[in-house]
Amino acid sequence: MSIKILFEMFPIALMFASPIIIAALGGLFSERSGVVNIALEGIMMVGAFSAATVTVLLEESTVLAPWLGLAAGLVAGIVFSLLHAVASVNMRADQTISGTALNILAGGLTVYLCQIIFRQQRTRAFSNGIQKVTVPLLEKIPVLGRMFFIENYPTFFLAIFLVFFTWILVYKTPFGLRLRSCGEHPQAAASMGINVAWMRYFGVMASGALAGLAGGIMVLTADIQYTLVTIHGTGFIALASLVFGKWNPFGVLGAGLFFGFSTALSFYAKDITFLASLPGEFFYALPYVLTIVALVVFAGKSVGPKAAGQIYDSGRR
Amino acid sequence: MGYIIEMLNITKDFPGIRANDNVTLQVEERSIHALLGENGAGKSTLMSILFGLYKAEQGSIRIRGKEVSIEDPNVATSLGIGMVHQHFKLVQNFTVTENIVLGSEPRKGILLDTRSAEKKVESISKLYGLAVDPRAKIEDISVGMQQRVEILKMLYRDAEILIFDEPTAVLTPQEIHELMQIMRRLVEEGKTIVLITHKLKEIKAVADRCTVLRRGRCVGTVPVASTTEEQMAEMMVGREVNFHVEKGAAAPKDVLLRIRDLDVKNSKGLLGVKKLSLEVRAGEILGLCGIDGNGQTELIQAITGLAKAESGHIFLREKEITNLPIRERLDLGLGHIPEDRHRHGLVLDFNLDENLVLHNYMQRPFASWGVLNKKAIKDNAARLIEEFDVRSGQGAATPARSMSGGNQQKAIVAREIDRSPDVFIVAQPTRGLDVGAIEYIHKRIVAERDKGKAILLASLELDEIMDVSDRIAVIHEGEIVGIVQAAQTDENELGLMMSGSLRKTPKGGQA
Repeated sequence: MSIKILFEMFPIALMFASPIIIAALGGLFSERSGVVNIALEGIMMVGAFSAATVTVLLEESTVLAPWLGLAAGLVAGIVFSLLHAVASVNMRADQTISGTALNILAGGLTVYLCQIIFRQQRTRAFSNGIQKVTVPLLEKIPVLGRMFFIENYPTFFLAIFLVFFTWILVYKTPFGLRLRSCGEHPQAAASMGINVAWMRYFGVMASGALAGLAGGIMVLTADIQYTLVTIHGTGFIALASLVFGKWNPFGVLGAGLFFGFSTALSFYAKDITFLASLPGEFFYALPYVLTIVALVVFAGKSVGPKAAGQIYDSGRR
Repeated sequence: MGYIIEMLNITKDFPGIRANDNVTLQVEERSIHALLGENGAGKSTLMSILFGLYKAEQGSIRIRGKEVSIEDPNVATSLGIGMVHQHFKLVQNFTVTENIVLGSEPRKGILLDTRSAEKKVESISKLYGLAVDPRAKIEDISVGMQQRVEILKMLYRDAEILIFDEPTAVLTPQEIHELMQIMRRLVEEGKTIVLITHKLKEIKAVADRCTVLRRGRCVGTVPVASTTEEQMAEMMVGREVNFHVEKGAAAPKDVLLRIRDLDVKNSKGLLGVKKLSLEVRAGEILGLCGIDGNGQTELIQAITGLAKAESGHIFLREKEITNLPIRERLDLGLGHIPEDRHRHGLVLDFNLDENLVLHNYMQRPFASWGVLNKKAIKDNAARLIEEFDVRSGQGAATPARSMSGGNQQKAIVAREIDRSPDVFIVAQPTRGLDVGAIEYIHKRIVAERDKGKAILLASLELDEIMDVSDRIAVIHEGEIVGIVQAAQTDENELGLMMSGSLRKTPKGGQA
């Protein structure tokens, strides 16, 4: 593999990695608060639909349309995730079932709304999504400049910022300590005067915001319109990244990059001599195979928050 | 010295049970006040009312002479009341400091000020002689240390009144001794302690005064120094308590349980029981004693079928049961009171009546044609509850999880004895129980012996082994190092054998 191909792979790998990282950070907030959120996929779909719709409808009147689209994706993600919060916190439903329901609902809901708004089963194509940028000065840094700062989507910088932001909020502030205590031992948290229900609401809503944002980023960088297959399992890959990254923001960053590159590989495999002989389908399947492997290998190990997935019962011993 | 806590004429009802009936508790400042009572006497309820977890129907509470209304634990905390729960509420993968400051963290800007938190924890720990490492993770420290973290949590919040709920249940003797010293030190520094317990020895060791509850009612408050253990036990149970087991001489007959050259692996994959041979006869109680972890658990699990025997033989009467499934062993006449009643004795989320037919639920009259007969199951429960005095809030329909430990154990004893097994394996039958329940269970075990059953009793309590058994087998590193007559031995001799420094084989018999 020539070095040139590796450099060429960077923008596309980072494009795929950004939504994975951001959605996985959303999952991190939710699971750290004690609610398993397998609805990341569905929330991303709702976020992507909202972002694409707002972009299409506003792009005539403002150049900021894609950014307003992202904001719309974020808000829609929060609203949609509230269903999961109500079900798992107030109604004490099984979180896996509730998440699955959301995933199923998302597909039907977005296509239905497309039909109403655009009279077809997908949004209209937008003419401009988010544009690539080259960062002045930083592009001159040898090697790193070429990897990160020339012709890259700014959403990757947003992902990096969110990784640091999440790390500080979850590990360095009193709020983060309280959030994590709800995911580890909610009875202990409650005995110290912490409102477990509110913390879990926050966790789920944060996951809705980030997954909705991630869905918006995905459709506005890697696609030209929202369709039923725009997200194609990226939410589940984000979930696998969360497990892979051991519920830690930097672990999530590493895992997200890994999946980003494995996706990019399918585009470049034919140019890499020793990989070219393998069928292209192999590389298309690779990220999903790795996702399954990650979930199977790590699923049984209790490295995640102890009380994630448990309904909070104040009287439990 | 005035009263710091006054709980006057407190009454609290739960569905089907009056947990506290006109109870009055007055605690002097800077003292250790014990709250004594059997399991289910209402001690924990009373303290939960003081801590704001429950609300009393009647009565008033005064703290430092002022009448207060304690709506929730936050009010209790602001009044300087703290509680060390029996089940610790600690986040396992947080550090000691993180657990202590959780909920009222020191800040530096928006960030958590870990350094000053650690300093404060360290200085409190030093003041009271707790010797806790503020940076250690909870999962890495001992149970005794974890309890100190719970104590520190309250001290960090400037608690003046500390409630300890059965604090010694989970501690080793050494840790109990250290806890007693810590409690004295806390009182020296001006704190007041309420100690909930049913262990008379501990009350004698540390408490100044003792209030006794029985079936929700206050029996009286006595100064500990001038009251004997026997007097307190009598107040608690309501009748004279026999600390010694009344029993006649054993009349052993045929061998009912025979173990030959048994090897069993332990959880680490090593041999926990090595070439062990043992016989138990009809009409005798064979005590199995040893230091914890010397193979008792493995031996019992191999006999009852919870663990696999590597090699060797187990015979029940003349029938080999070594590799039989558990149900067949039980059908052949094996009874088992398991060491861990929560894991192996009960299905905690089932009701009491269902737990009482766990073995024979599929036989008539409890089921016919594969359908459960709820009425027969309920009647069976009513009969056993009556006969064995199992107390619970909602009778047969009580979930096992919500019952007190003593009553859970009584339920298991009732179920097993009612099946009338020929060979009865009894492990740690009185762990965590109060004197009244202990006395009762011992009596039932002896009664089974007198009916001609063979009983193997494993216990870590030397007193229990010596009082109840007829013969005593001592196990050390998976081997029986000696069998002695209970009447002809003493603690000293058993202690030497348990540590492996003395071997003794009975005259004429095989070990």
